[in-house]
Amino acid sequence: MTTPATSPPPVIDLEDLGLDQGGHLLLKRALAAVGVGERVEVRGTAADLAVHVRAWARTQGHGYDWPYVVRGAAAGAAWRGAQPAGGRDLVVDRASPAWGLAARGAQVEAGGPEFDFPLDRRDAVWTDAAAGIYRQAVAAQWDPAVAVDWDEPFELPDEVEAAVVQVMTYLIENENAALVVPARFLARIHPHFREVVGVLAVQVADEARHVEVFTRRAELRGGPLGLSTAGGQASLLTLVTEPDFALAHFMLSVLGEGTFLSLLSFLERFAPDPVTRRVTHLALADEARHVAFGMAHMEAVLAADPGLRPRLATAVRRRHDALAHTAGLNAEVFDALVVLAAGQFTPAAIAKGFGRVQALEADMDDGRRRRLVKLGFTADDAAELAELHTRNFM
Amino acid sequence: MSEHRSGAEERSDHQARAGSLLMGAVAYDPKVVTIWDGFRDWFTRRGLAFDYVLYSNYERQVDALMAGHVHLAWNSPLAWVRAARMGPVRALAMRDTDCDLTSVVVVRAGSGIETVADLAGRTVAVGAVDSPQATLIPLSYLRSLGVGDIEVQYHDVGVGKHGDHIGGERDAARALVAGAADAACMIDGNHLLFGVEGTLPPGSTRILAQTPPYDHCNFTVAAGAPAELVERFRSVLLEMSYDDPAVRPLLDLEGLKAWRDGRTSGYAQLDQAVKEVEFYDDAGNVTAAGYRP
Repeated sequence: MTTPATSPPPVIDLEDLGLDQGGHLLLKRALAAVGVGERVEVRGTAADLAVHVRAWARTQGHGYDWPYVVRGAAAGAAWRGAQPAGGRDLVVDRASPAWGLAARGAQVEAGGPEFDFPLDRRDAVWTDAAAGIYRQAVAAQWDPAVAVDWDEPFELPDEVEAAVVQVMTYLIENENAALVVPARFLARIHPHFREVVGVLAVQVADEARHVEVFTRRAELRGGPLGLSTAGGQASLLTLVTEPDFALAHFMLSVLGEGTFLSLLSFLERFAPDPVTRRVTHLALADEARHVAFGMAHMEAVLAADPGLRPRLATAVRRRHDALAHTAGLNAEVFDALVVLAAGQFTPAAIAKGFGRVQALEADMDDGRRRRLVKLGFTADDAAELAELHTRNFM
Repeated sequence: MSEHRSGAEERSDHQARAGSLLMGAVAYDPKVVTIWDGFRDWFTRRGLAFDYVLYSNYERQVDALMAGHVHLAWNSPLAWVRAARMGPVRALAMRDTDCDLTSVVVVRAGSGIETVADLAGRTVAVGAVDSPQATLIPLSYLRSLGVGDIEVQYHDVGVGKHGDHIGGERDAARALVAGAADAACMIDGNHLLFGVEGTLPPGSTRILAQTPPYDHCNFTVAAGAPAELVERFRSVLLEMSYDDPAVRPLLDLEGLKAWRDGRTSGYAQLDQAVKEVEFYDDAGNVTAAGYRP
């Protein structure tokens, strides 16, 4: 409908509201309803209204002819030419550097800075499972101060306590690796893929909590911590320095944390004291979620890029070769696992503990093979790669 | 062409031969570098070789302009008034926000000061001694209304920068609120800003007087500036659109929505104020007592 030229301009009555008290919002709204070059009549009883409207109109690019304000062309310029950063429910194939940190679905003003998020392709980072896993992860958070009864009484022989402390010492450095790896990639993933970023962020927090509870258990009886070996650290170094997200995530979450599911189950089952049982139980639930996300991510990226599969295999072989000169799992950890599972220093108990650790290693190998087959590796390849996985477990 | 050329003309010719237009600006804030670096890129991408020189104060800048060290200067209104006294100059362009400003004289609500005449014998806080909007123009306006003897309380922040620094006006407003002054002078937009930011709590003050509209900054072109480059500068400048995301941040920093052709009709009040207080003499010499830019 065309407004006849003789129509009086619309009136905005600010009553007693001043422009120094938010009155500009009403004025802005009234001006948005008229075309460029058209007038709005301003009424109001606030002191200094005419002076303030003059000053405000000038800075906004509007004309001033009291009691009228003439709409200028500049209002709303930032919205013109703005690009949507995907949609609320639209995850795009490639997120633009110009979207920067904007919310998915936001309108991004043109002319802003470009951000360098190297992991900006859906194929490389996305899995539809991320949103569900994120919700589950957030709901499953636990507080170490509440979830563990640190004062629960127990008595262990010194050797068994020392074995527990050695295992905890080993777990802590592995959890540190599991914290660092997602943290390194977090800052490289485009925030457009916020569910993936969210899962990894919670994962980092999970690992921080694991480091805390394993440290508290190790220090619970006041003894010194155990040995951190050169071979163990060399194995973890290959993990934390892997620059490719898919390869790092595969080796960490599918093979490493997958193997740790067996280890934590073992520790929960054969823990000689209630605190060790509880902390490994809590960590196990988190790690199961990390493995689920790793599997979901790998299934998605492999579906998009089957050529990734031989690269994953090569990465496992390369890591094995790089670690061939190292000792693998340190003898202290192996022996500690045996003692821990034995519970006492008698030949019969040690024999039982030894058998349990052998069963653990078989279980770990079996788990790795099952996950590799699920990711589309042949049974032979899965068996070979499962065998080549680091002897340090993670 | 004359055989006898001034040093200024020779220097300007030298710059023109180098093919670039050289502009002066005053470094009243670190953002000035961002603004003019950005505009320099903008001009350069449009085929106009352009560069700028920063001065610490407007008196130095006007001296340089009139000596031909630069072709044009981004001048305060007071710098324009001085340059116009020193020789033939032209106001090439200005911001939309440079047109039709007013200043206000503000008193505390309930102070009993109802008319300008009531200011006689009172203390009026102003900005820096060289601020057109917070000192020279409003004081001249009060004189034109016949105000009796007043004590002027200067708030000298950024002297030499002709009131570009907002600090003097804000200090004057604070003096008013604190009761250290009976009135304060400021530009209309700062009265609104001080209300919004809480320096002047809403309802705590009243506007006693408002000056007629006047104009603010302009690009001042000196005689001898290369005409073609100057015209190219003007046309490229006026092409800048607030709709262009590449230039919008620079326009925001410089405080405008659009450039306009220059006009000189809005400087009469300031010119009169300068005469009244003998800020400059007719030749543009600085004669203001106690003014140390």
